[in-house]
Amino acid sequence: MSLRNNQAVVLAAAAAVLLLTGTALAFYWVPNAPLEGFRQRIFYYHVPIALTSYACFGWAAWKALRLLWTRDRRYDLESYTAVHMGVIFGILTLITGSVWARTSWGHWWVWGSRQLVLFLVLFLFYAAYFMLRFSVDPGPRRANMSAVYALFGVVLIPISFLAIRLAADLVHPVVFSHDVGSKLTVSQFTTFFVCLAGMLALAGTLYRNELTGKRVDARLRELREALQ
Amino acid sequence: MTSAEKYATAAYLVVLAVVLLYVVLYAFKLSRLEREVSELVGLAREKRDRREAA
Repeated sequence: MSLRNNQAVVLAAAAAVLLLTGTALAFYWVPNAPLEGFRQRIFYYHVPIALTSYACFGWAAWKALRLLWTRDRRYDLESYTAVHMGVIFGILTLITGSVWARTSWGHWWVWGSRQLVLFLVLFLFYAAYFMLRFSVDPGPRRANMSAVYALFGVVLIPISFLAIRLAADLVHPVVFSHDVGSKLTVSQFTTFFVCLAGMLALAGTLYRNELTGKRVDARLRELREALQ
Repeated sequence: MTSAEKYATAAYLVVLAVVLLYVVLYAFKLSRLEREVSELVGLAREKRDRREAA
């Protein structure tokens, strides 16, 4: 087994161990939050998933920048794969957020919350990336257009991240703040970071697998053209 | 089981279900790739046989 395969196996194993540990800690170690109660446990998956989707979109923008800088075509596939992963984690953010909203507010979605709407805008922006990508023939033009689009999208990430603090609606809870009442305990922080590390490792594993699959797909296409 | 417990468990299960769905879709993709590799091997062999016959 090559070193590359070893790294992939280690990353996948780390994701499984960290997520199982995080889930066990969330359900059996962390006490019920004073205001939120048992439902606060959704936070240990929801927030890490949201942060992981931001990380994927950020990674896509970084690869897009490298494509535009170096004109190396391999970054196109890497940026595309990162957007693909970001959208998957974006879907999970919206679903877990909606489940939390249902149990906390009694509604699956609240249009009045700027945080929610801004995340939906970010998600739809990246969902439209696929429409743009597949409406243009493969080649340098498509790669450049996709890269510019992925770079524009990254601007929405800090806005979406900070919206929770900038928004005046106060509907969405602020977990990390300087307010004494909202500070997390040691057990809550530990569980949160274990879950965050697990989600990042899971995203890394899926990204590597997906990228390998897309590369094999592209090479098979080239091979077919050469053989026919 | 209280309502909050049901919803919290559902949120965790949804994540698991989506990851499993991804694995299933990826398995389909792998089997398609395997099929394509077999087809290309067949094409390459045909081409070699034709070259040898000529």
